[in-house]
Amino acid sequence: MTYEESLQRLQAIVAELESDRVPLAQALTLFEEGITRLREAAATLQDADARVRTLVEQLDGSFDLLDARG
Amino acid sequence: MGPLDLFAGDAPRPAPGDTAADAVSVGTVTRAAKDIIEGAFTPLWVRGEVSDFKAHRSGHWYFSLRDADSRLRCVMWRGDTGRALTRPADGMLVTALGQMTVYPAGGDLQLRVLRLGAAGDGLWQKALEETLARLRADGLLDEARKRPLPRVPRCVAVITSPDGAALQDIRAVAARRFSAIPLVVVPARVQGDGAAEEIVAAFERVARWGGAEVVILGRGGGAREDLWAFNDERVARAVAACPVPVVAAVGHEVDVTVVDRVADLRAPTPSAAAEAAIPDREALVREVRGAGERLRLGTQRVLQRRHQALAGAGGRFGATARRLTEGQQHRLRRLGQAMASAVEQRVLRQRAVLSRLAPALRGGGPRALARQQQEVAALAGRLHALSPLAVLQRGFGVARTPGGAARASVGDFIIGDSFDLLLQDGAVRAITERTATGTPLDAAAALEQGGSA
Repeated sequence: MTYEESLQRLQAIVAELESDRVPLAQALTLFEEGITRLREAAATLQDADARVRTLVEQLDGSFDLLDARG
Repeated sequence: MGPLDLFAGDAPRPAPGDTAADAVSVGTVTRAAKDIIEGAFTPLWVRGEVSDFKAHRSGHWYFSLRDADSRLRCVMWRGDTGRALTRPADGMLVTALGQMTVYPAGGDLQLRVLRLGAAGDGLWQKALEETLARLRADGLLDEARKRPLPRVPRCVAVITSPDGAALQDIRAVAARRFSAIPLVVVPARVQGDGAAEEIVAAFERVARWGGAEVVILGRGGGAREDLWAFNDERVARAVAACPVPVVAAVGHEVDVTVVDRVADLRAPTPSAAAEAAIPDREALVREVRGAGERLRLGTQRVLQRRHQALAGAGGRFGATARRLTEGQQHRLRRLGQAMASAVEQRVLRQRAVLSRLAPALRGGGPRALARQQQEVAALAGRLHALSPLAVLQRGFGVARTPGGAARASVGDFIIGDSFDLLLQDGAVRAITERTATGTPLDAAAALEQGGSA
């Protein structure tokens, strides 16, 4: 799932839990899924140093990513 | 040769055209004039106003350049007209690079034009309007075409000069906002001859590669002539054809280029484009934390409502129990208390699980990732403990179909059908013999008397 999909699903789960219609067993299932989506979204937001790279196309049409200068 | 030569020797031979008897042909004199004129001028730029413009069927253009008191005939051969921005219209101020010559057939002095540029707004404006009209006819200027940018792109491609200030600005913004999102530079000259072709080729590479989720097309300001690649119809069509959203960062506040109009988003500067394409990590972390908090509160609310409902049911059980034997009363009270406390336990456990979430989001780097993985494993254990099946350990049973669907109410049971009863130490397949509806104890009593069979 993309970050957006995870977050959208999480928000739908929260909205459902906040409504007054959810049976207990379903609430627990939703909660469990909510935790999963929350983890996914949080993993996307991991901090790291990415390099800037340059896209280079080879003669055979394949692509390489080379470290960019500067 | 000295002056004496005038008087020396034989009578001087008359030069061609000296006398009526030596008259030269029209062709001879115009060809001579052509040679002299062409020899006297190297190609040069001439500025003037276009008049009498005529595009011939053959593809050649004929017009005049004039100013307040002079006029110069001009021709532009078909092979050269392709380099002009567009057809000039009468009245436009232009600059023309050309060779002065004489057109023998007409005997006219004329400028053979090789390149045609704009001296005022007129020619640019006309070329721009014509390009926009074609793009509009193809629907490429429709606002509805504009695509939203991904909230967190997995990769951002930057089409720009690898040595330009635009790239430095974009890198700085990316490092500040969300350094983990990779930038991939797709080098292209963004001004001068060949820029349009290079930009189009760069877009084609991005599409073939397929690794980017948003593209920034950028350069850092400049004169209007330098921006012309961003008004090129081919570049505009390449932007429109790009499979992922494009942010245009042409960096020219005054002129909105054609590319700006076609792009999914126009940013005033490369920095602003980077801010639009690359989210602020801190803001997203706050958003995810807020969602986690709402998940916690929402789940808690559901559990508390059930808790309250059970407490009420416990009270009603008590009232019923007073009519029963003391042993039964005792059992029922314990049952009610056990149910209420089971729900309370769940609330407490989940609160503990959720309270661990917020710190998990703060960490950075691989150590934080490992920590998070451990927490996920721990969480899985905790959630398992919260499984609805755990309730069986306390002596309750769960009825469901052989296929596993819950059977939670009398209406779910069909006389004669089998169902599974899950208990703490196993399961029983049973057949529905009778059913009765009502409060559980009254219904049980009704079953004794036959129920609905």
